[in-house]
Amino acid sequence: MMASSYNAKDEDGHITVSGPGGGTLRSKKPENTAFKQQRLPAWQPILTAGTVLPAFFIIGLLFIPIGIGLFVTSNNIKEFEVDYTGVDMSSPCFNCSQNFSWNSTKPCTCTIPFYLDQPYESNVYVYYGLSNFYQNHRRYVKSRDDSQLNGDVNSLMSPSKECEPYAFHENKPIAPCGAIANSMFNDTLELFYNDPNGTRIPIPLNTTGIAWWTDKHVKFGNPGGNNPNLTAAFQGTTKPVNWRRPVYELDADPGNNGFINEDFIVWMRTAALPTFRKLYRIINKKSSMVPTLPRGNYTLEVVYNYPVRSFEGRKRVILSTISWMGGKNPFLGIAYITVGSVCFFLGVVLLIIHHKCGNRNNSADISN
Amino acid sequence: MECRLQRGPCVGEEIWVDSRTVYIGHKDPPPGAEANIPQRYPDNRIVSSKYTFWNFIPKNLFEQFRRIANFYFLVIFLVQLIIDTPTSPVTSGLPLFFVITVTAIKQGYEDWLRHKADCSINECPVDVVQQGKVVRTQSHKLRVGDIVVVREDETFPCDLILLSSSRHDGTCYVTTASLDGESSHKTYYAVQDTMAFRTEQEVDSLHATIECEQPQPDLYKFVGRINIYKDKEEPLARPLGAENLLLRGATLKNTQHIYGTVAVYTGMETKMALNYQSKSQKRSAVEKSMNAFLIVYLCILISKAVINTVLKYAWQWSPDRDEPWYNHRTENERQRHMVIRAFTDFLAFMVLFNYIIPVSMYVTVEMQKFLGSYFITWDEEMFDEELGEGAQVNTSDLNEELGQVEYVFTDKTGTLTENNMEFIECCVDGNVYIPHAICNGQILSAASSIDMIDSSPGGYRREHEDLFFRALCLCHTVQVKEEETVDGIKRGIHQGRPTSFYISSSPDEVALVEGMKRLGYTYLRLKDNYMEILNKDDEIERFELLHVLNFDSVRRRMSVIVKSSSGEYLLFCKGADSSIFPRIVSGKVEQVKARVEQNAIEGLRTLCVAYRRLSESEYQEACHHLNEAKLALQDREQRLAQAYDIIERDFVLLGATAVEDRLQEKAADTIESLHKAGMKVWVLTGDKMETAAATCYASKLFRRSTQILELTKKRTEEQSLHDVLFELNRTVLRQRSISGYDRVSVGLSVDCLDFGLIIDGATLSAVLKANQERAGSGNYREIFLEICRNCSAVLCCRMAPLQKAQIVKLIKASKEHPITLAIGDGANDVSMILEAHVGIGIMGKEGRQAARNSDYAIPKFKHLKKMLLVHGHYYYIRIAELVQYFFYKNVCFIFPQFLYQFFCGFSQQPLYDTAYLTLYNISFTSLPILLYSLVEQHITMETLKRDPSLYRDIAKNSLLRWPVFLYWTCLGVFDAVIFFFGAYFLFDNTTFTSNGQMFGNWTFGTLVFTVLVFTVTLKLALDTHHWTWINHFVIWGSLLFYVIFSLLWGGIIWPFLNYQRMYYVFMQMLSSGPAWLSIILLITVSLLPDVIKKVLCRTMCPTATERAQVTYCHQLHSETKALNCLVSRLGVRCLSCISCKSIPLVNHPGRPLGSLIALSNSMI
Repeated sequence: MMASSYNAKDEDGHITVSGPGGGTLRSKKPENTAFKQQRLPAWQPILTAGTVLPAFFIIGLLFIPIGIGLFVTSNNIKEFEVDYTGVDMSSPCFNCSQNFSWNSTKPCTCTIPFYLDQPYESNVYVYYGLSNFYQNHRRYVKSRDDSQLNGDVNSLMSPSKECEPYAFHENKPIAPCGAIANSMFNDTLELFYNDPNGTRIPIPLNTTGIAWWTDKHVKFGNPGGNNPNLTAAFQGTTKPVNWRRPVYELDADPGNNGFINEDFIVWMRTAALPTFRKLYRIINKKSSMVPTLPRGNYTLEVVYNYPVRSFEGRKRVILSTISWMGGKNPFLGIAYITVGSVCFFLGVVLLIIHHKCGNRNNSADISN
Repeated sequence: MECRLQRGPCVGEEIWVDSRTVYIGHKDPPPGAEANIPQRYPDNRIVSSKYTFWNFIPKNLFEQFRRIANFYFLVIFLVQLIIDTPTSPVTSGLPLFFVITVTAIKQGYEDWLRHKADCSINECPVDVVQQGKVVRTQSHKLRVGDIVVVREDETFPCDLILLSSSRHDGTCYVTTASLDGESSHKTYYAVQDTMAFRTEQEVDSLHATIECEQPQPDLYKFVGRINIYKDKEEPLARPLGAENLLLRGATLKNTQHIYGTVAVYTGMETKMALNYQSKSQKRSAVEKSMNAFLIVYLCILISKAVINTVLKYAWQWSPDRDEPWYNHRTENERQRHMVIRAFTDFLAFMVLFNYIIPVSMYVTVEMQKFLGSYFITWDEEMFDEELGEGAQVNTSDLNEELGQVEYVFTDKTGTLTENNMEFIECCVDGNVYIPHAICNGQILSAASSIDMIDSSPGGYRREHEDLFFRALCLCHTVQVKEEETVDGIKRGIHQGRPTSFYISSSPDEVALVEGMKRLGYTYLRLKDNYMEILNKDDEIERFELLHVLNFDSVRRRMSVIVKSSSGEYLLFCKGADSSIFPRIVSGKVEQVKARVEQNAIEGLRTLCVAYRRLSESEYQEACHHLNEAKLALQDREQRLAQAYDIIERDFVLLGATAVEDRLQEKAADTIESLHKAGMKVWVLTGDKMETAAATCYASKLFRRSTQILELTKKRTEEQSLHDVLFELNRTVLRQRSISGYDRVSVGLSVDCLDFGLIIDGATLSAVLKANQERAGSGNYREIFLEICRNCSAVLCCRMAPLQKAQIVKLIKASKEHPITLAIGDGANDVSMILEAHVGIGIMGKEGRQAARNSDYAIPKFKHLKKMLLVHGHYYYIRIAELVQYFFYKNVCFIFPQFLYQFFCGFSQQPLYDTAYLTLYNISFTSLPILLYSLVEQHITMETLKRDPSLYRDIAKNSLLRWPVFLYWTCLGVFDAVIFFFGAYFLFDNTTFTSNGQMFGNWTFGTLVFTVLVFTVTLKLALDTHHWTWINHFVIWGSLLFYVIFSLLWGGIIWPFLNYQRMYYVFMQMLSSGPAWLSIILLITVSLLPDVIKKVLCRTMCPTATERAQVTYCHQLHSETKALNCLVSRLGVRCLSCISCKSIPLVNHPGRPLGSLIALSNSMI
């Protein structure tokens, strides 16, 4: 039901796009082509109530089910979040957060107990979340050297100017340079399941698969290619100021060390908003019989290295399952339902208006 | 007449500053004559090129950066270079560089071509007489004072004074087609005293100087004097006029060669070169509102930057926010002063938001205008087979103004009428003569065929009749054009073969001379100053032509003084009745006057003929006056007019002629359409009131129902101007208050009583003058305008050319500032064409001056209808959409960046990648709108032509008013908010991939940008009413291009970039289901309000345009319905007919829909 007309004005749809001016040849009679006479065959749709009404109903009918589906999916996702910043006196990490110093050699550890009231069936994704942390600040975003991170030896020794003031330390180039790398999240999180019989079972946390495949394999690379001796490859550089270990000691696994360490890559993808979460670990499902995380008591052990209180930030740990549409986010579902309903409602309103005014207009047209 | 130079002051012998003295052949004047300081003149080099090799780059850059758009880009680019800005200098540098380079290459190439052309002109050979010999030299080496020889079909190398010609009478024929487009041959005259020169030596022996005015661009004006020194004698002074000056660019015709011409103006000082200066620029109303919008946006830009800067410093007051431990400044930055930092931040915000000023809009608008104007030239319907020419576009800046016209000022003769004169009758002392044969443009046999009504022979009558016919045969400036052979005259005329015909700048004269021929008196030729006439008895009569008192539009008459073979001096004069009758002393004035008036009412053009016998002394006196005036170097025109005034008096009335000028084809239809379209049509003519009024009735400017208000000299003589004006005003106002209510409901005032005003030139100047003199009491101008405003048609007769322009100016300056259009064909319309907002020239018979000076030129008046109603309408809606859309899409583009600043600590972090920032306006969204603005047709051409009242819908710049602009801007802001917060809530602290991985800020920006590009393009798709394959191609093509570009841009590690932030961002985004869903959702939501607004407006209060769109659709419908029902009898179900999509009917242009209905009816 489209109130539109197909007007094939000119059967001769032949078009000559001769250059303006027509060159030097002055045959003054204009050519009779459909294009030049502005008579190209055309489809002439008009947006009338009649045309739009069905579209509104269709949108309404499509969007509401999609929205419901999304909403249900989102609600089925299990998510657990715990704040371990240690702002309150009562918080187990209060001491660590208070006594923070960059120079302290002894790591401060705190233990947070929590209870999961329902079992997490599928893979569980462990996120750490930061608030009030402006990873999207312009000075911060650009403070990196992509060619250094790609393994370029020249950039390794002379980092880009963008990295300033985190490019050189004690006249040695910093690898990796820049503010982003320098401020890499360095808390260590460990999860333990408290068996009802009292034993603490450590939960294996998978460190791989948390970064984009393309980032790990193409965008990031260690200097010297596949040289297994990373220490030699990073010879002459120094670690970022805030780091405790140099970049070639991030992980024992050579496939996850240096610039291609996945924790590092995840951190290097700057977040869009000041409150963000980043994937930390994945708890893989072991077998179909046992839930990945059964109901019960858990302990989170944090090695508290990362200061956020100076800028009133917060640190969280999130455990979440994932569906096809990602983590828990009711927004999309609600939005779809709302828009679908609005369209449907507008459709009804338009139908009424169309019925009232349309008749009047039609009669007017006919009388004309 | 001679004039002794050294003795007493001759006429025009005042000190004349602006003059130059040219020494012919570079000879010094005899000692003691005049000690003249040699003046320096340029050489004859024509320089049309703008640049030289050396100054090309600086000059071209300077010219280019004078354009506001380029300058803006440059400033932004420089700011980006100097300070640390969020976007790299590439984003503005690359487009700038591209535009500048392309323009520079184009201009450089054009200039190179001009250089080449200049070179070939400057080096073309010229023959110069030096030391009594003809020497060949190059054109650019000519100097002022050189004596040049020009042969047939050669072009004059500079402005020359004709000394002698190969023709014995000292004339030469010239065509000035390349100067003013007039292809007729014009006669130029050699200086009397030198026309006898035949050889180089003779010419070289000439010792003379020429004094003339400094160069000026008027092609038809030249004032000078030649002083010829003969041995020991006082110099002889002769006047020089335009008829002696051969202009550069003109071509010598029908003359073997001309000798000894003297260069007076050379090189860039020739009249041709002076005439190529550009005319003043007219700006369209759309451009004005565009600039107003730009200023608003500039304010928005600045306030955005200020707000953000202030907020930034408020926000980062605490040092933990300003410099948290993870994000330190460099030492350099820390040391910078606070104020400098704040200013840098302000500039950085400006750079970040600079795209809100749609710089590319200028480029697009210009391209749209330039390319769009070709549709006018290409229009087949505006092509005239007879002339062999179509419409011309002299400026494309005013295309859309054609859709905004409120007042149309049209000339009558040649514009409304054909200007194809036909001699209808003549009347001698009340006796009417009508030639039998009616024939145009061709010479018939000289067989006499006079049909005499009321023939009562008598001596007196007979004498007057003879004089009358001779007067008409002699008193004109018609040339006889022979077929190419020189001796064709004798053959042609005597054998009665049509081998020669008459040429004149005035078609009236040709008609009269041809009419005379049909009445038995044939004008043969002008030979050696003798005019030859073949009279009724096949005898040749010779009259010596002594003086021609040329026609001018102020005097409105012309005269000749001839000496008959019997030695009598006769002055014949013909002219408008108003200019002849006051000078009559005897003759049958009453009868002639009655006849003239009757003819005028029938719409014929009348001229009166009178004569005067001059005695020898009278003649000498006249001669004296004339020569004195002609010799004057200053105010020559004025002096001539005075002289003419003295000579042309005490006439004896002979009779009158009537010439018909038929209405142009479809003139009435056109005027009616213009009326319906809400335009007020004014006819401005120099003609008599009666003639003009008759034409106005014929062309339906006045209808039978029109109440005519007269504001003429006749009335103001009876009453005072004051009373008349007030009375008329009262009539108009009373009528309006009565019919005011009805008129609203009726809409068109077809049957309603409407007013037509007739005003004449004299009254008009009285109205205007009164205002100047006493501004306080009775502001006549306002009252006059008030009356005019309420008249649907106005006729101004007896107008001088300048008055036409005055009227246009008056209306232009009235308080509504309406858009005016002037249309005319002759030189007398040029002033009004130049004055009006849009000037349209008709390629008429009276030369090409109007067409040359106009903005658009059309072959016939009827083409005005399509020009305004179709082309103007289209151009206007196209450009209006273009402008609004450009602002809209840039608001959509930049406003999310503004919102993002609130979430990134006001750090000027751009939301989009550099490539997206750079290419958004250049490639992702540029072509659809450009093509839309070239091919959109919201209603079909046929509907527009059929229903002129649709033109009212776009009157008064209705699509670019502030409310509309505000709507678009709000829509843009709404969409931007939807884009940004849609993405924001989607990203809000969660993941939306199925593998749990997170997206970063660049994915956020890419998501917003994808929604943006799609929404903005689809918005245009919703606005498109005319989907040709081009629209499909461009709209879907540019969306596809965006996707492909993004895939490519993110698909490769680009080695030349120092960042790889977009790597795989787009692909990762597309791999996520919620991203797709949110893109669809956000596009839908952004488009929703506009769709609702459109539908509601259309349903609740449709405009005429919208109704017409639907009606058109319905019409197609009813036809299908009928056809379908017919088919349904055969068992096919009759389709329910709300849709007309499936109609396979071919609606051929120009084929009325009604015929189809009739067809289907007859079938049923």
